This record gives sequence, C-alpha cells and structure tokens, in this order.
Amino acid sequence: MSDLNVGDAIPELKVTPDKYLPHRYAGASGDFNPIHIDPEFAKAVGLPNTILHGLYMMGLVARSATDVAGGDPKALKRLSVQFRGMGAPETEIVVSGTVKSVEGDRAVIDTVAAQGDNQTIRNAEAEIQL
Amino acid sequence: MTVKTEAVGKEWPATTYEVGKEKIGEYARVVGLDNPVHFDREAAEAAGYRDVVAPPMFCVVYSAPALGPAMFDPEVGMNFAAMVHGGQEFEWGEPACSGDEITTTAKCLEIFEKDGKGFYVFETRSVNQDGAEVVKGTWTNIVRGV
Repeated sequence: MSDLNVGDAIPELKVTPDKYLPHRYAGASGDFNPIHIDPEFAKAVGLPNTILHGLYMMGLVARSATDVAGGDPKALKRLSVQFRGMGAPETEIVVSGTVKSVEGDRAVIDTVAAQGDNQTIRNAEAEIQL
Repeated sequence: MTVKTEAVGKEWPATTYEVGKEKIGEYARVVGLDNPVHFDREAAEAAGYRDVVAPPMFCVVYSAPALGPAMFDPEVGMNFAAMVHGGQEFEWGEPACSGDEITTTAKCLEIFEKDGKGFYVFETRSVNQDGAEVVKGTWTNIVRGV
C-alpha cells in the first residue's frame, strides 16, 4: 500500500443500511436514543423519520480508511469527522475520499459520506499507517 | 441567554468496561466488517494480537458510558431537545482486545457560544489494564438557539 499518492481517489464504499440497521446498531453500541429507532418519536421532535446514528456512519468511514491501509484494524491511527446532514435508513451511503498527504509511513485521507447530494459526514480526516 | 461555562475543566468519575469477544463480533457485523481478526481467536493471534481485536470505532462502546454523566450534568446544562452531535475525533493507541479492562475518564474541555449556538466539547481518555492509552476521544455537541 505504499503506492498512495496525494490526490489519488480511494475506492468508494457503498452501503445501503436496511430498515432495521439502526436497531442493530443501537444494540451493538448501546445508544438507544429513540430518534434512531422510533418513527413516532422522531416525527414528534420534528424529524422527517428515524435517522441513522452519526457514529454508525463514522464507523463506515473508519472501515473505508482501514480498507485503504490493507484491512488491519490497528492501521487506523486517527479519525476526525464533522456530522452535517442527517442520514436515513434504506438509502445508499457512498463513502469517498482523496489522499491529502503522504509522509513516511503515514497518509491522511479526506473523506465524505453522502446519500445522494446530502453530505452526512464532511471534512473527515483519517490518518492511516501504511 | 448565554451558555454557562462553570463546568469547563470538570472531570467525572471513571468507568470500567471489560471487552468481550462476542460483543466485538456483534459490533463488527453491524458495520459490515468481515476481517476474521474480529471474530476468530486463532486468526487474531496469527495477525499478532493478544486475542480477538476490536475494530477502532468499537471505542464508542467502552468510552461512551463515561461520557453519559458528563452530558447530563446540570452544571453543564445542555439543552438536549436542541442538541446535535456536531463532530467527533478519535486517536488510537494500543488496540483493544477481548479480555481487556478499559477505564475511561471524561472531562469538559470547552464550552463556548458562536453564531447563536452553544458548543460543548468533552474529552474521554481510555486506558487498558496495563495503563496503556487505547483511545482519546474529543466529542463536540452543538445546541441550537442558546
């Protein structure tokens, strides 16, 4: 994986979370905030419907960066994200990015997670060990 | 109305979480990871890990319990009805493996107001049973209309 160059696009990661994904993520993570799992509650607080956990989408960004580094989980050293748009279940998420810098055995990747034009995660910066 | 800043610098009691093999597998499956180091002890050991290793973002599972009391502290005074998770950063050190006992402390780093929004920034630091830092987290919550 030492052939990364500044400006290279990383392979896109495409995932369509099913209707019950937020329930499984709630169980796995311990975050049972009802805005993620209860449509009536979500609508009562002004949301269009239940929304994805931001940290689930950050988990996909982490998966994408780890893949670029060759798949070893300890290769991901740092990940910083800004949550912007709300993510919806049953809609394809595309994680894409470009190589921002390469110094020695470390690379930094700029990443975006989006559902169509809705960028749910922006300014994500992943530092990986090559 | 302005944000209260008395809680800046405050630390909350540590929480300890014992990492389990099946919990790692459950998390890994949900985010779609299929690397056997997250499920199979022999594969993890062959890859140089002490035991089944957690994906990096599994840190939310063991570090979030320390953050709960900080976020709900009346001294912090966050309005949850208008709160969104604005940003997140993690820096990883020693990998977290099944059997590890990870202790996390939470601290309020900053509270400030900008463009009519309140920013509440917390830090968590998680160390394992050997005292090695496993992850440092920076959690930014934004409250609209403070």
